[in-house]
Amino acid sequence: MKKPRVLTTPLTDEAVASLRCGDRVRLSGVIYSARDTAHKRMIESLERGEELPFDPRGQVIYYMGPSPAPEGRPIGAAGPTTSGRMDAYAPRLYEAGIKATIGKGPRSEAVRSALRRHTGVYLAAIGGAGALLSRCIKEAEVIAYPDLGPEAVRRLVVERFPAVVACDAAGRDIYEIAARGERSS
Amino acid sequence: MESVSVIAAGDISQSVARLYRRISTQLRPDVREALERALGAERSEMARDALQSLIENDRISRTDGVPLCQDTGLAVVFARMGRRVMIEGGTLQEAVDEGVRRAVGEQPLRSSTVADPLRRDNVGDNTPAIVHLEQVEGAELELHLLAKGGGAENMSRIYMLNPSEGREGVIEAVVNTVRQGGASACPPLVIGVGIGGDFERAPALAKRAFLRDLRLRNPDRDLAELEAQILSRVNALGIGPQGFGGAATALAALVERAPCHIASLPVAVNLDCHSHRHGVVTLTGRSRPLGGGDE
Ligand code: SF4
Repeated sequence: MKKPRVLTTPLTDEAVASLRCGDRVRLSGVIYSARDTAHKRMIESLERGEELPFDPRGQVIYYMGPSPAPEGRPIGAAGPTTSGRMDAYAPRLYEAGIKATIGKGPRSEAVRSALRRHTGVYLAAIGGAGALLSRCIKEAEVIAYPDLGPEAVRRLVVERFPAVVACDAAGRDIYEIAARGERSS
Repeated sequence: MESVSVIAAGDISQSVARLYRRISTQLRPDVREALERALGAERSEMARDALQSLIENDRISRTDGVPLCQDTGLAVVFARMGRRVMIEGGTLQEAVDEGVRRAVGEQPLRSSTVADPLRRDNVGDNTPAIVHLEQVEGAELELHLLAKGGGAENMSRIYMLNPSEGREGVIEAVVNTVRQGGASACPPLVIGVGIGGDFERAPALAKRAFLRDLRLRNPDRDLAELEAQILSRVNALGIGPQGFGGAATALAALVERAPCHIASLPVAVNLDCHSHRHGVVTLTGRSRPLGGGDE
């Protein structure tokens, strides 16, 4: 298997365009966690012409709501949540400059076409590996919507966070490829 | 003379709290074995990588005291309560909720419950638990606790089939459910299937099917065969661990059935993820003679 690609945020168009479906990556730098309700609020802000809680250009959104941090650790378990629930919001955020989202499970055609249009990428992290992924998160700070508890937006500093390129900017999709492998029984 | 067994609500709470913590931070031995077996049979590098991460995740969870998964689920309890059991100091629901509250406060586990499905404010202590109560013979209280994550639960389905669709219809229902949502439910999956009953009994059967140890065969030969057929058809989908493609889309298919209406063939398919968090505790309480209250 190919060695993982090392990526540092913020991501450039060149870096994103060079990623191919099936590549393993190790991501370092600042990323932002947001899930269902935070997305709803962010999109409402954009619609009102307001700013997002962070400058989206070149940034990465991680679909994740952690468990509480145990004593002495920055965060609790921190694995991905199902990305499909954010499909309704993702194209608008890629349009605003987001370069990558991280989650688990397939994306809609609308999201995949947004990846092509805006040179974006969708990364899959290992769903259910919350303790393992927690170790890659070095800092965590709530920066918006604290009333949402686990669903608040967090600024995370990650180091060698492991993920797989699931949908690339050229339109390839790992889940579609896997489904084509269906054997006739 | 018959006696009753008196169980303190506080003891139930304590047992539930302990159990909830344990199942959230360590894989069951049968699940771990199933993952290791899947790893042995998997040829795709990507799938192997994913399975190895999950086994490693179990080790890290135990070492760091961080839950296996941030979604520590809704707490679902199947209680088998002996007809001679009496709970002192609260209802079963109250006792279980207190246990959940404690585990969420101390572990700490994530509260994944919103009070109102439309307004969506988090309750903060992950209560109420979902409690299924079954009365059985005896003087013991057997509590099965499942921590059921939302990702896999969302991809579950109920089908009201036409009886003419029969066995093949049941298998198709499961295969379709997994084809549509399996990749988002953190495969390799554990699949619970409930056949029969009515519109609400079938899903309860599907969930109750999760109580069986994955190493044990279904005691009913016919159902054991059906489980094997379902598993092989699901694994032929090629979805694989994490949906990246591979042989292990599911670790097990578990089937329960119940009598149903002459016009119906309900089939419920409840998906669970690879963490498959389940534990059981049996409480016996203090024995006290029944009746004879006139001494
Ligand atoms: S489906 Fe299971 S392993 Fe995956 S995120 Fe939900 S609870 Fe965790």
